Amino acid sequence: MSLLSVRGLKVAYGGIHAVRGIDFEVAHGELVCLIGANGAGKSSTLKGLMGLVAHGGEIRFDGERVHHAATHTIVARGLRLVPEGRGIFGRLTVAENLDMGAYIRRDTPGIKADLARAYELFPRLAERRAQLAGTLSGGEQQMLAIARALMGRPRLLLLDEPSMGLAPLMVRKIYETIATIASEGVTLLLVEQNANLALKVSQRAYVMESGAITLSGPSAELANDPQVRAAYLGE
Amino acid sequence: MNLVLESLHRRPRLVAILLAVLLAALPFLMGFGLGNAWLRVLDFVLLYVLLAIGLNIVVGYAGLLDLGYIAFYALGAYLYAWLASPHFGLHLPFWAVLPIGAAFAGLFGVLLGAPTLRLRGDYLAIVTLGFGEIIRIFMNNLNAPFNLTNGPQGMNLIDPVSVAGFSFGRPLHVFGLTLPPTYFHYYLFLAFTLLAIFVAWRLQDSRIGRAWGAIREDEVAAAAMGINTRNLKLLAFAMGATFGGLAGGLFAAFQGFISPESFTLWESILVLCMIVLGGMGNIPGVVLGAVLLTMIPEALRYLGDLQRATLGQVVVDPADLRMLLFGVALVAMMLFRPAGLLPSRQRRREFAAEEGLAEQVQANLYDTRN
Repeated sequence: MSLLSVRGLKVAYGGIHAVRGIDFEVAHGELVCLIGANGAGKSSTLKGLMGLVAHGGEIRFDGERVHHAATHTIVARGLRLVPEGRGIFGRLTVAENLDMGAYIRRDTPGIKADLARAYELFPRLAERRAQLAGTLSGGEQQMLAIARALMGRPRLLLLDEPSMGLAPLMVRKIYETIATIASEGVTLLLVEQNANLALKVSQRAYVMESGAITLSGPSAELANDPQVRAAYLGE
Repeated sequence: MNLVLESLHRRPRLVAILLAVLLAALPFLMGFGLGNAWLRVLDFVLLYVLLAIGLNIVVGYAGLLDLGYIAFYALGAYLYAWLASPHFGLHLPFWAVLPIGAAFAGLFGVLLGAPTLRLRGDYLAIVTLGFGEIIRIFMNNLNAPFNLTNGPQGMNLIDPVSVAGFSFGRPLHVFGLTLPPTYFHYYLFLAFTLLAIFVAWRLQDSRIGRAWGAIREDEVAAAAMGINTRNLKLLAFAMGATFGGLAGGLFAAFQGFISPESFTLWESILVLCMIVLGGMGNIPGVVLGAVLLTMIPEALRYLGDLQRATLGQVVVDPADLRMLLFGVALVAMMLFRPAGLLPSRQRRREFAAEEGLAEQVQANLYDTRN
């Protein structure tokens, strides 16, 4: 059974239908990506999943319906979002940000171990643990946002455009980390405009266009699909 | 001077004892040094400290800009008057009325908070401002058809606090001295103020305090951390309102008379100024702000005497001068110490980092570091 299964998800802002009833699944241990152009409804999909915007349709997480739940209870079930634009607490230090990531946990030894792991995964954050998060570079902020989400020991991690606004070198670094996290058994749903990278790192992919899913399949196949190549890979 | 400060810093216990002695002796120093009028000012200082500590929870901790805070002060005061005055013929003891008043104000805090959960910043400020005015206008007009508040005349003959048959409303004669009621109220208010400071201080670094800090920084990100933003925002409103209601009850008992005039928008703004001036989010700063903004206007009353002594007549009415100097002081503060007189660690960092941040934003646009 899949970890996340979504049926007929709809998100609308007033009269604008950002997501028009989409279906998709994420299985345990998978890295699935959702690609599409600007305004295709990718971020709205993630916000809907997290209960951050009003939405319709059915969302099942680990078999249980979560589409009427409040954001904090969804988080408590193990769904974690790394929001678009990172959403770090700019006026808290790096260490305080990571601490907030473990807010709902009370197992002090486990938190300590995860903190050590986070600093191991992102040595740069360890160097800057006492620095204000707002003074980090864009790439470091993205690392912090991912590390902070991992501090909650997510069962499914939602990443919203982790490559946005970063230099190519930094993007590569972030994607290496994403691959590492996935290899450690964390299930991931990755939303990207950068189709090339996303298709390389993921196992399965969905292509989204104006609020609907138009294509889906194994990432390797989609990367060779002439339609995808023309629309998203610039060929 | 620095040496003295430094050696004191190394002896926190000594400082605490000195502070306790000073606080205990303060009314006598004030009363015999400056006269009983100043003792009354001292009592008001404590009430404002209590109010500022309460508002600081809402504005300083949770970042919810509340411009109608004085409404809770009013609710606490009116509830006290309803339950302990000839108005309804009820004369409940103060230890019963004060908690009821605080809880009543806290309940209204939630009632105000619930519809404003989705509002932020300026919009929240406008709604809370409206709420404050609504409460005041209600108090002003609820003398008909049923006389609840006695309208603009206000309610008087409110029972003074009385402990074990000893009424705080009458002066005490001991050892040939006459101690006016302001002395007893000082110690009563001091006890409640210290309690409020203790609660606020414990909250600051608690789980709740950290969650408020996260909400203040970025509400969506806070929700994504698993923080129940709705309940915590309501809790902030309720806690702030509870302290406001408590202060209101004490005010009613102290004055023996309340009217809607005491609860104008100006009072809300004054309390907000206290925490902004002192250092938002930092308890010593908030206390200092409340002390200064209550004492300075009183001290400026002497400007009239000063003018009479030097110029032979009062050229500028001290009341006008007070507001002018008050305004100048606020502007100067914002220019030279924008984080407040005693900013919290976090706000100090924010303002220190502001310049660094701007450069960083620029650098992020061309992020080439690996």
